[in-house]
Amino acid sequence: MNEQGAPQPEVIRRHSLSVRLTHWVNVVCLAMLLMSGLAIFNAHPLLYWGHTGHRGMPFLFGIGAKSDNGRAVGVTRIAGVDLETTGVLGVSYDGDGRALRRAFPPWLTLPSNASLALARDWHFLLAWLFVINGMVYLGFGLLSGHVRRDLLPAADQLRARHIVREIWNHLRLRSPRGEADRRYNVLQKLTYLVVAFGLLPVMVLSGLTMSPAVTAAAPFLFDLFGGRQSARTIHFITANLLVLFVLVHVLQVLISGVFNRMRAMVTGRYVIRPERTP
Amino acid sequence: MNHRPMKRPFSRLLSRRQLLTASVATAASAVLAGCDDIAGGPPFRAALDFGEMLSLRLQRLLLARQPLVREYAPALISQDFPPNGTEMPSGFAYFELMISQFARWRLTVDGLVDNPLSLSLAELKAMPARTQITQHNCDEGWTAIGQWTGVPLVQVLRQAGLKPEARYIVFHCLDEMVRGPDRSGFYYESIDLFDAFHPQTILAYDMNGSTLPVRHGAPLRLRVERHVGYKHAKFITRIEAVERLDRIGRGKGGFWEDRGYQWYGGI
Repeated sequence: MNEQGAPQPEVIRRHSLSVRLTHWVNVVCLAMLLMSGLAIFNAHPLLYWGHTGHRGMPFLFGIGAKSDNGRAVGVTRIAGVDLETTGVLGVSYDGDGRALRRAFPPWLTLPSNASLALARDWHFLLAWLFVINGMVYLGFGLLSGHVRRDLLPAADQLRARHIVREIWNHLRLRSPRGEADRRYNVLQKLTYLVVAFGLLPVMVLSGLTMSPAVTAAAPFLFDLFGGRQSARTIHFITANLLVLFVLVHVLQVLISGVFNRMRAMVTGRYVIRPERTP
Repeated sequence: MNHRPMKRPFSRLLSRRQLLTASVATAASAVLAGCDDIAGGPPFRAALDFGEMLSLRLQRLLLARQPLVREYAPALISQDFPPNGTEMPSGFAYFELMISQFARWRLTVDGLVDNPLSLSLAELKAMPARTQITQHNCDEGWTAIGQWTGVPLVQVLRQAGLKPEARYIVFHCLDEMVRGPDRSGFYYESIDLFDAFHPQTILAYDMNGSTLPVRHGAPLRLRVERHVGYKHAKFITRIEAVERLDRIGRGKGGFWEDRGYQWYGGI
């Protein structure tokens, strides 16, 4: 507030250096892990449950291609139901318009050609970077109090009335202002907690369960996920949930002042907009 | 691009969308095609190899006490275990061995050993054997469970007597993947002594209680259970102990390794 009493924007320090750095390293890691992961999936685009899974066995999810009067048709099968997905899944087109029989299209995979060797190289290298980055984030987050102060919901945020009002605010795409914008909202906090302490650790552990050397040292991973193929399926589903999170996350940034939010995640400085005056 | 008859009222719209998708894909793949050359190129190659080294080192720490991989109950054996790689080696030499039921096949053990060996299948079968029901993990992502019986590799190596400078065990195979004037197109694989001495590393001649089928690598294949599929060399004819791998094949330690795959197959 200034002397005239009119509401003025206030600049605060929103994100610490460790949060900003690990956030952007994570953006690179997750994007490239997703793309190289899809390239690996393309080598055997079927998902199973249990210990074993190979061609000829029943599968939960699969992407394939068939011929329909000489035309290549992409088919995605989810729990026995076939969907035609020509153009994106199963069959996509290369630069000359030729049909490629590939589960995920070249523009979604790293590398864009079908090299499983290179896809594995990238996936495993980035997994290292992702895990180290995650440990840096957790270390700083726990020591600096970021997790306790910024991520754990405050008592007043956990009241049913408050949560219902937040859901209503989100449905109206109304972003917070003033005092409420000084902290993450409760849905945001819960989502970040689920992602950082749920989805990402599941991603790492289910990934490790696919390594025959790791499961030799840590066979309990089989019991945790119900077998190597179950772990592979959970790895894929969790990756999809992360993609969903990123889509919503980016959408929220776009509708709640993209410049201000991007500046906050780059420089740390964030402008609190004043409350709407009635 | 899409010359389908119009069946539905929306097909115009759909084909336009597909056209759009295709053109985005085209532009993207043109950009990414350039990236592919870079993605495997020298600046990144060093980083990717560093990643492989990190995985190898960390996993070796985790495996320092040489734990066994999980073994399964007979009920879990896969009914239709898919063959990995070559299903039947081409050429008369293998055919001749096969029709004689490998009576004239011999396993050569040489290189950095004190007593080079030449073992018949019968001699191998007379050695102490190990049977294990384990999971096979193809690097593509599929898995199957099989029962394998064979001689622990360590027994054969002990009989041959490794020289102190031996560091790797190379498996030369009978299947020629790429035809050529020399042996460079033949399948081969290599492991280091850490894996060679593991109790579940066996030279298998039986699968699921019967003679090892041709499509699974008859008469003899490697089981190196903490590694993905391509490390499990099939149709073995010769085992060579070496100090370094760079003088064999194209120098990367295996047929697939020579073509870009990681030598360490623990992931």
